[in-house]
Order: sequence, then C-alpha cells, then structure tokens
Amino acid sequence: MRLAPLLLAAVCAAVYAGEIPLAERRSGYEFMGPQTRAMQDDEATSPALFWLMDGETLWNGGRASCASCHGDARESMKGVATRYPRVVGGKLVNLEQRINACRVERQKAVPYPYESKELLALTAYVGRQSRGLPIALEADAATQRYIDAGRERFERPQGQLNLACAQCHDDNWGKSLAGTPVPQAHPTGYPLYRLEWQSLGSLERRLRNCMIGVRAEPYAYGAPEMVELELYLMWRARGMKLETPAVRP
Amino acid sequence: MARVAVTVPASAKRGEVIEIKTLAEHAMENGFRRTQTGELIPRDIITQFSCSYNGVEVFRAELHPAVAANPLITFTTVATESGTLEFKWTGDNGYVATHSAKIAVA
Repeated sequence: MRLAPLLLAAVCAAVYAGEIPLAERRSGYEFMGPQTRAMQDDEATSPALFWLMDGETLWNGGRASCASCHGDARESMKGVATRYPRVVGGKLVNLEQRINACRVERQKAVPYPYESKELLALTAYVGRQSRGLPIALEADAATQRYIDAGRERFERPQGQLNLACAQCHDDNWGKSLAGTPVPQAHPTGYPLYRLEWQSLGSLERRLRNCMIGVRAEPYAYGAPEMVELELYLMWRARGMKLETPAVRP
Repeated sequence: MARVAVTVPASAKRGEVIEIKTLAEHAMENGFRRTQTGELIPRDIITQFSCSYNGVEVFRAELHPAVAANPLITFTTVATESGTLEFKWTGDNGYVATHSAKIAVA
C-alpha cells in the first residue's frame, strides 16, 4: 500500500507528457492545408479584411475616438497585443476587456458585448498592429500567480469525457481527431476567421467550443477562469509570432 | 452595405495570364437553417458574379446555397489591352455590388 502513491505518480508521469519543449512548438498555421494558408497569407483577400476595415473606422470615429488619445494605431498599438492578457490595477484583463474598460472609463460609452462585431473588429484592428511580432508577456510575480492558475486548469480533466486540455494539446498533438489534425493550441492569431464559424471569433469562443466538446460546462465570456486560461496559453506560446487576424479551418 | 475587395495587377505584358482575386462581404444564408423556435431563416445569398474586361464578359459564376460566407472567387484571364475590369455581384433581396479596376497593358 505504501507503494500506491509512488505508482500513481509513475502512472501520471506516463499519462502527462508535460509541456511541449519550446523548440518543438508549432503554430496552428503549420497544421493547415495550402489553400487555408493562402487565405491567411494574402491580407488583401483574407475575409478578416472586413473586420479590419470596421476596426479602423471605429478607432477613428466618434467625438471621443480611440484616435483622439492614442493617435495612429499603426504606431501606438504596435506590440500591444503581444502583452495581453495582463494585470491592470490588480486585475487580470484580456485585450477585449481592456478595450471595453477604455470605452467605459474614458469614452463614457457602453461596453461592447462579447463577440459583437464591433468588439471583434476593434480587437482585430489593435491585434493587427502586432502581426509578425513575438508574444512578449511579462511573467512578473503578480502575473505568475494567474499563469499557474491557468496551467492548473489546462491540466485538470474536465467534463463528462474527463479530458484535460493537455491530454490532446500537449500529449497528442499532430494526431487526428475525426480526420482533422490536433494542433498544439497556441493562441497566436486571435481574433481569427474560422471557416467553421464563417466569421471572426475570439479565443474565448474557441475555448468554449473545446469545453463543450468534452461536455464540460463552459465558463462564461470574460470569466476570470477563462482569462487565466488565455494567459497561460499565451505564456505557453511566448516568443511565437502573432498572426492576428489569422485564418483557421 | 455591400463591401468587396478585389486584387488585380496594376500592369501586365500583352498576352500574359493574370490572376484576379475577388472577395465579397456576404453572410450567404443558405435557407435551410432554422431559428431556435423552429422558423426557417429565409435564403439570402449571392446568386451571380461576373467580370467584364473593356465591356466584354471574360468570367461568370453562378453561386448556390452551399457556397460559404464571404465568397472568395479567384480566376485568370489574358491581358489583351489597357482598360478597365468591371466586377458585378448580384443576389437575393436586391443585393448588388460593383467594383472596377484599371489595368495597364504594355
């Protein structure tokens, strides 16, 4: 009986291969076919173009516009998306929440609902300014706590299928799930145009998809648990290039 | 609001095969989906796309409910002379979008 904990530890070690070594990380882009890659590569014909157009209009529009404080997004927003989610005023926020906080506090406007065309457009427009830049999260003491919480959530089995994120995306990436390759789950291109959605969508929408897939009850949009998971995923993809707005199948 | 994006090379050699890429913003609602209360969502799609080169039609496509949202249509034509390419999309509920692009042929 004394051996039981040891045995259990050995079994767990065999089950969880652990985090993917930094050099072996692959963007979801590398798991796609040539046609889907072409859609992402050619910005002039990527369907995300229409959201970028809307984002630019929203950035410059209205009496108290984003531009009236931040100026030209192409300058001021360069690299910003590589640092989110981050701790702002003691609270962990993702880029969508940061944009909405700015709307409420500075513009005295109502926040955009999650997955609304406006919020996706603005987030994509801000994210676009960091396209090609490496993800550069700061893992300071305040942030590390949330990274650890997100990692714990990533490795914890959940739902009726009792599957952890890590079981697919750390241990079995590259294999097939119903004919489609299992990617490594690096959030390098959000918000992105997903052909399955026929629309742009956020990382939270994608995470909820997976949670419903393992028959777990998904966290609500903007829930702290969700943002911690987003943070862990971004930290896991640190140094990888941002592709916002990406295209995925 | 009918927005489109078209990529045409600004210049080409006479006789060269040029690639044209067109993207139209459209939900392409296929007419088979239902709302949560079971009502059918009416069909709303682009039904036809055409491209004419100095008034001569060089490409035409018919679109059907199986075509995805924001249809991307890529095709080639031969650069014969300088002039204008006119693009037109038409569809359900009076949807019309047009675009024109100039090309210089040397």
